[in-house]
Amino acid sequence: MLQHLPVLTIMVPMFAGLLVPLLARVHAGIVRPLTIGALGFSCFAAIHMLLHVQGGHPIEYAMGGWPIPTGIGYRVDGLNAMVLVMIAVIGLLTALWMRRSIEDELPAAARPGYHAVLLLACTGFLGITITADIFNLYVFLEIASITSYVLIAMGRRRQALYAGYSYLIVGSIGATFILLGIGHLYMRTGSLAMADILAQFQANPDLYGMSDVRMAFAFLVVGLAIKMALFPLHGWQPGAYTHAPSASSLFIAATSTKVSAYALYRIVFSVFGTEVLVSGLPPVRDALLAMACAAIVLGPLIAISQGDLKRLLAYSSVGQIGYIVLGLMLLDERGLTGGIIHFWNHAAAKGALFCVAGALVLRTGAARVDDLAGLGRRAPWTASAVTVAGCSMVGVPLTAGFLSKWYLATGALATDRLYVVPVLLASSGLTAVYVWRILQKVWFAPADVEPRVGAEVPWSMRLPTLVLAAACLVFGIAPWSVEFARDAIAALGIAP
Amino acid sequence: MILAIDLITHGPLLSIGICLVGLLGIVAARKAPNVREGISLTTAIANFVIVLLLHARFRAGADIGGTLVEIVPGVSLAFRVDALGILFALVASGLWIVNTLYSIGYMRAHHEPRQTRFYSCFAIAIAACMGAAFSSNLFSMFAFYELLTICTYPLVIHAETPEARAGAKRYVTYLLGASICFLLPALFLIWSAGGSNPTLDFVSGGLLAGSEASHMTLGAAFLLAVAGLAKCGVMPFHSWLPAAMVAPTPVSALLHAVAVVKMGVFGVCRIVFYVFGVDLLAELGVADVLVVAACFTIVVASLVALVQDNLKRRLAYSTISQLSYILLGAALLAPAAGLAGVAHIGFHAVSKITLFFAAGAIYVALHKTKVSELDGVGRRMPITMTAFAIGSLSMIGLPPAAAAVSKWYLVEGAIDAGRFAVLVVIVISALLNAAYFLPIVWRAFFNPVPEGEESGRHEAPWPCVAALSITALLTVGLFFWPDIIVDLAAQVAGYGGGAD
Amino acid sequence: MSDVLRHLGTHYHYVIYIALMLIGLFAVLAKGNLIKKVIGLNVLQTAVFLFYISIGRKADGTAPVLWDQKPETIPYENPVPHVLMLTAIVVGVSITAVALALIIRIKRAYGTMEESEILVLDESDQQGSA
Repeated sequence: MLQHLPVLTIMVPMFAGLLVPLLARVHAGIVRPLTIGALGFSCFAAIHMLLHVQGGHPIEYAMGGWPIPTGIGYRVDGLNAMVLVMIAVIGLLTALWMRRSIEDELPAAARPGYHAVLLLACTGFLGITITADIFNLYVFLEIASITSYVLIAMGRRRQALYAGYSYLIVGSIGATFILLGIGHLYMRTGSLAMADILAQFQANPDLYGMSDVRMAFAFLVVGLAIKMALFPLHGWQPGAYTHAPSASSLFIAATSTKVSAYALYRIVFSVFGTEVLVSGLPPVRDALLAMACAAIVLGPLIAISQGDLKRLLAYSSVGQIGYIVLGLMLLDERGLTGGIIHFWNHAAAKGALFCVAGALVLRTGAARVDDLAGLGRRAPWTASAVTVAGCSMVGVPLTAGFLSKWYLATGALATDRLYVVPVLLASSGLTAVYVWRILQKVWFAPADVEPRVGAEVPWSMRLPTLVLAAACLVFGIAPWSVEFARDAIAALGIAP
Repeated sequence: MILAIDLITHGPLLSIGICLVGLLGIVAARKAPNVREGISLTTAIANFVIVLLLHARFRAGADIGGTLVEIVPGVSLAFRVDALGILFALVASGLWIVNTLYSIGYMRAHHEPRQTRFYSCFAIAIAACMGAAFSSNLFSMFAFYELLTICTYPLVIHAETPEARAGAKRYVTYLLGASICFLLPALFLIWSAGGSNPTLDFVSGGLLAGSEASHMTLGAAFLLAVAGLAKCGVMPFHSWLPAAMVAPTPVSALLHAVAVVKMGVFGVCRIVFYVFGVDLLAELGVADVLVVAACFTIVVASLVALVQDNLKRRLAYSTISQLSYILLGAALLAPAAGLAGVAHIGFHAVSKITLFFAAGAIYVALHKTKVSELDGVGRRMPITMTAFAIGSLSMIGLPPAAAAVSKWYLVEGAIDAGRFAVLVVIVISALLNAAYFLPIVWRAFFNPVPEGEESGRHEAPWPCVAALSITALLTVGLFFWPDIIVDLAAQVAGYGGGAD
Repeated sequence: MSDVLRHLGTHYHYVIYIALMLIGLFAVLAKGNLIKKVIGLNVLQTAVFLFYISIGRKADGTAPVLWDQKPETIPYENPVPHVLMLTAIVVGVSITAVALALIIRIKRAYGTMEESEILVLDESDQQGSA
């Protein structure tokens, strides 16, 4: 059984997703345990694989026993093991968290289906991460996308429908670009297995000069940039996060764009090779660096003036995805460490903040920043979680966010890209402004303002929030994530 | 025995820990004010005892400290007891006891709301001070520096009036803004200057001594670091300090005469003596920028203080001016001047806290906040105003008050360094200090009580009077027995061959 | 010039796929009607299908079905792109289905399928709630 863990990680939530709507007709009580069980299994499997791959022992798995490159392969190394853990843990916490939230926001008939779609979305994201076949990556990307459209469109206000539709249109264009990129790559290399394509590039660096290879890389980068909402291709994201049901916002905000960013890492490292950025197509690197820096500064800048907490967090995510792309584009051990640990750090912080946004929706019916007033008095646990996660977003020392910034900044210094340092600092400063605005409301609301939040949310919602907030502290003090990231980088072949 | 073992390996942690235990006690006893304040006071005393024990062991030559957790290679949460750290810890923890006593009297007399939050944040603030004092590297110090900013914010906004909110906003914008924009990049630069073996540890004589990084980079790092430590109040990064005067007086006294601002100058001393080292700075020449900024601040802040009618604001500008003495002492790069700067951390603390206590006592007893209202106050509150007079003498630098000692060394240092312009600044500043402090004392003792006011004796509650008497006596005592502070300062600055 | 023409002659399938792609993108971006956008999306996807099929083409190739000949002896079409496109067509159909389902719900909720009118309604919603 253990050697089949890579495929079981994907298949268990998938089959659970198919079973849930059927079994719900028999017994509605089974939906939640089944969902949590399936995601719990994925969690266990992902953590097990993460520990197993440490020290450079990647797991190779050939689907159906077909040898690679004929068949589809799965491959788990240090990098995607971290992303798998991130997706599975966030999925599990979302499933635990969402009971009261979806009772409040969704009609009873829609709830089993919602669980099923969430499971399938998880399948899609996990699949994107684990696969070593580039066309398989596209298929999982579409599974994840289609389910995401549905997860978003199920919001209770009609804007959710339109937000879901807009995301569908933009997302499909992005996915089509990715498909085109894969086609051009296949045209030149005749292979879809990542390792096989990479071997061809390494054997023959002249390939980087071929126009179809360049087309392929450009299409893939643009497609993924749309999917990861990299500035200025982020237009679909704020509406989608704002109007989606709170549970969808939580899951999608904490995983979706980062999985696309991971796909970019994978394509650079395992398909084209890092040479594509250095000698192959340096303008793409410059463009992505510029886009990442713009995102890092402008995301929080736009976030400052938002009145809706979910929209504010969405713009903040636009900035945060910039960190991850920046880490990759620095192509330096320190910078990459910063980018890779930011997968976890941002998932923890943004996850906690969207939990709080969801709690706010549950208690007040909307996610207005102003309604946070007095939260500290009425819901001290939730308020503490906002504080910790907010500090991590700013990058206060001893929180996870500080480490990300530390590694990115020192990575930039190591590669003589001095301009990155002020960019990061400006972003910290701007983030501090909106986080402070939130904390000011939470803790120091005038005494005569009656808090709109009547009481603390139930423990089923509070506990995942606190777990994520605690993760922001743990990853800031005990640098496990850094250890894992180092291992991942060593496995990717960038010498420490 | 157990305590002895713990003091060697975890002494600094014990000191931080006891404050946090006290915090838990304060929160747990939030319904019982007497117990809560009892816990505050006990914690303060226990902490001071621990620091004294650490001091004794340090004097005996013990190497106390260890690494708690390493976050990035060369960047860790680590503690070590050294001369500068123990000096700062002694000052902060000792005055915390007195200040707690004072707070109890002040807060009760005023029926202040949110006292539990007040005492809790105080406990965290002291824990942060202890942490910074014992930090053995720049990162740990930075972490506690930020913690201090964050946990003193609730103290500044305490009244939650519009002015308090505006003041607190300015307070946090300046302090956080400066540390993000300047101190953090300085950390990046200093860490990266280590090449393949980067570290941020404090080293006596300078971590960067012998660094291969370019002078340009090092000079930039120094200026960024000093600008980032905005808590030291050097102009143009000073205006948070008067804004923070909206806080209750015990906060102004401890935080804005002792803990917060001293954390800033303490940080600069760390940067000068332990990160760059005097020799490297002399080679770089960038310390001159700090000398000029400090001289400018000393004179201009005194001039501004001259025209302030609000007593606390006048004291705030006096603090800004006095802090720059410390910066000046460090920046002159002469052993005697360094000694003066470091010693002034302690001497200024006891003197300035006395002045703030007196200002608060006047407010509690007579509800007066303006200098122009102080006619005849000396007759109604003789103890308070005597203490105020002692504090004033110390600020001016006259015996028999503590700061006379540090000013003496500063003059010696300026002569050693051959900076006669600095001597002129010191003299002018002493005259200005006299010009804005002595009229207050004169007014209080020699002007009659205005018509229509009661003229009987009316001191503040006894805890307040006790607190300010203790600090006034300390101010005088330290003039006659300054060794405890001067010896440590001499070690830091390498004065008289006392380098460690 | 003749080079270009010859190139076009042998690579006309690229021209067709790029033309289709641009038509599709134009419809998606420029049309205000939600269904027309979906049609545009379908055209865009079809362009990609054609591109894939065309790259699997081999001169004089037959269907890749082996009876008794050795594979090296006869030219045959590359089957992989065809297989890939089967998957992509399924994906495309699923997306169209979800899109149409969403359009039905949008039409019920807003009473219109025109993007501009929906945006106006959204704005008035926001003003109503603010």
